[in-house]
Amino acid sequence: MQQKKRKLGRGVAVVGAGMSDFGMFKDKDSRDLLVEAYNEMVSSVDKGIDPKDIEAVWVGNFSNDFYTHQAHLGPIVADLLGHTPKPVTRTEGACAASTLAFKDACFAIASGFYDVVMACGVEEMSKLSTEEATEGLALALDKPYEGIVGFTFPGVFGALATAYFEKYGATRDDLMNVTIKSHSNAPFNPKAQFKATVRDLMNRRIERAKKKGDPVPAWKDEKEALWDPMFNPPIAWPMHLYDCCPMSDGASAVLLVAEEIARNFTDNPVYVIGMGQGSGRPLHTGASLTSFEANQNGAKEAYEMSGLTPKDIQFAEVHDCFSIAELIHTEDLGFFKPGEAYKAVAEGQTRRDGPMPINTSGGLKCKGHPVGATGLAQMHEIWEQLRGEAGERQIPNKNLRIGATQNLGGTGGTCTFCIFERR
Amino acid sequence: MMQERSISTISFNQFLNEEKLMGSKCKKCGTLYSPPRPICINCFSREMEWAELKGKGKLAAFTCIYVGPPWMIKQGYDRKHPYCSGVVELEEGVKIDARIEGVDASKPETIKIGTPLTVTYLHRGEEEKMETFLAFKPS
Repeated sequence: MQQKKRKLGRGVAVVGAGMSDFGMFKDKDSRDLLVEAYNEMVSSVDKGIDPKDIEAVWVGNFSNDFYTHQAHLGPIVADLLGHTPKPVTRTEGACAASTLAFKDACFAIASGFYDVVMACGVEEMSKLSTEEATEGLALALDKPYEGIVGFTFPGVFGALATAYFEKYGATRDDLMNVTIKSHSNAPFNPKAQFKATVRDLMNRRIERAKKKGDPVPAWKDEKEALWDPMFNPPIAWPMHLYDCCPMSDGASAVLLVAEEIARNFTDNPVYVIGMGQGSGRPLHTGASLTSFEANQNGAKEAYEMSGLTPKDIQFAEVHDCFSIAELIHTEDLGFFKPGEAYKAVAEGQTRRDGPMPINTSGGLKCKGHPVGATGLAQMHEIWEQLRGEAGERQIPNKNLRIGATQNLGGTGGTCTFCIFERR
Repeated sequence: MMQERSISTISFNQFLNEEKLMGSKCKKCGTLYSPPRPICINCFSREMEWAELKGKGKLAAFTCIYVGPPWMIKQGYDRKHPYCSGVVELEEGVKIDARIEGVDASKPETIKIGTPLTVTYLHRGEEEKMETFLAFKPS
């Protein structure tokens, strides 16, 4: 069978984007966060949008069913935002849920059926204990084989890290470079859960020790703190606390329109020029322990649709649910050769001012990871960077034109890759 | 008896209760799978048969888990008592996830990829309610 070239029936543009604050909120629930994201999305449309013109809604959500005992979120969101009785569809792809919402919304426009739609995503995870929330995430494992033998999400990525270490000679020290880099962007993201560098967090710990009259830690630098299990305890070795993204609440939303009408909404649209997705297998049946099969397919589709190669991507948000994941993704997507990503990070290549900025938002590690909201929140970062609206974390490259998002669900069971362009 | 059981996860677990590690093999192309698959993903044949695995292999990847799910915490595992889970590459060339016993999970640096392993079975409960967890320990 001949492989068809991937393309959209007609072009799609992002003309608005919003996200709520990410964090652990006692006084806000999913609905409040969705309203925050939606309001910012509406306000971000330069020439305005009449909400009545939105024809259909997609909602990405992994498991509010488990986390908040609220299933069938679609119609609740439509009603909340005033879009009943328009069609609403909930998508589920574990932590990639809202990129699936985005993709289906794009397909709906590309097919010609709709001209103006919105995709949003939400997750509310913090109302449970860490153990319960860990169990909730573990629902996305392959239960009878991975789950039953005690694997958790940090555990699966920990195991991948040991395989990566063995194959390429990297160590925990190399993973710390990823964490330190992500945290270096975090203070500049007003929406982030942790708006702090690793040094800031060390200083907070030192202050607390002084106040309490406890022995004051004498770390000489970030690495020394990260090697200290009192500061950075193991969760699922070699994944320690600072290798893991937090549990978060949050929501995100984007407004999508047919390319030919994009300029009715803004003079500065962001075009969807590549989309790809792949599926993967559990840890034990996967082809490799140092790569995600689903990434390979997602990248192939998106590069093929866009006609671009990895060299053309100027910056990206990738799914750093765990530090090791950032390394694997940037290799799978072709930004670095297999086994080279950890060296590139050590050289500073992925810093905001480096040749290939990765996770300028602070990444999932610092921005937070309300799983169903993450895919669209990654796009929110691309939207702000491409439009020059990222404030203090703006990438210094004056010719920023092409950015990408990579979103992973489960233990690599669902991976997506989307490429965006400012023209 | 062995060939009468359907190729399924339930059957795989019944075999574990009997201390047998089973995979499935395609009758057409001979590809071996562990855990068992009802459909051959190599040639798409649906004619599969059970194949017993020797239970010998080596450690391909592992993790020492300090924050486990509630059912592991109930078994007594916590930050002070971590456990090890891993991926085992079997001699037959297929991989399977398992608990890794007989290693010091509180000293992960001492656990080495490539360590030769032999299957062992962790039983919990009795008779009808018996559950068996697949585990491996250093040979």
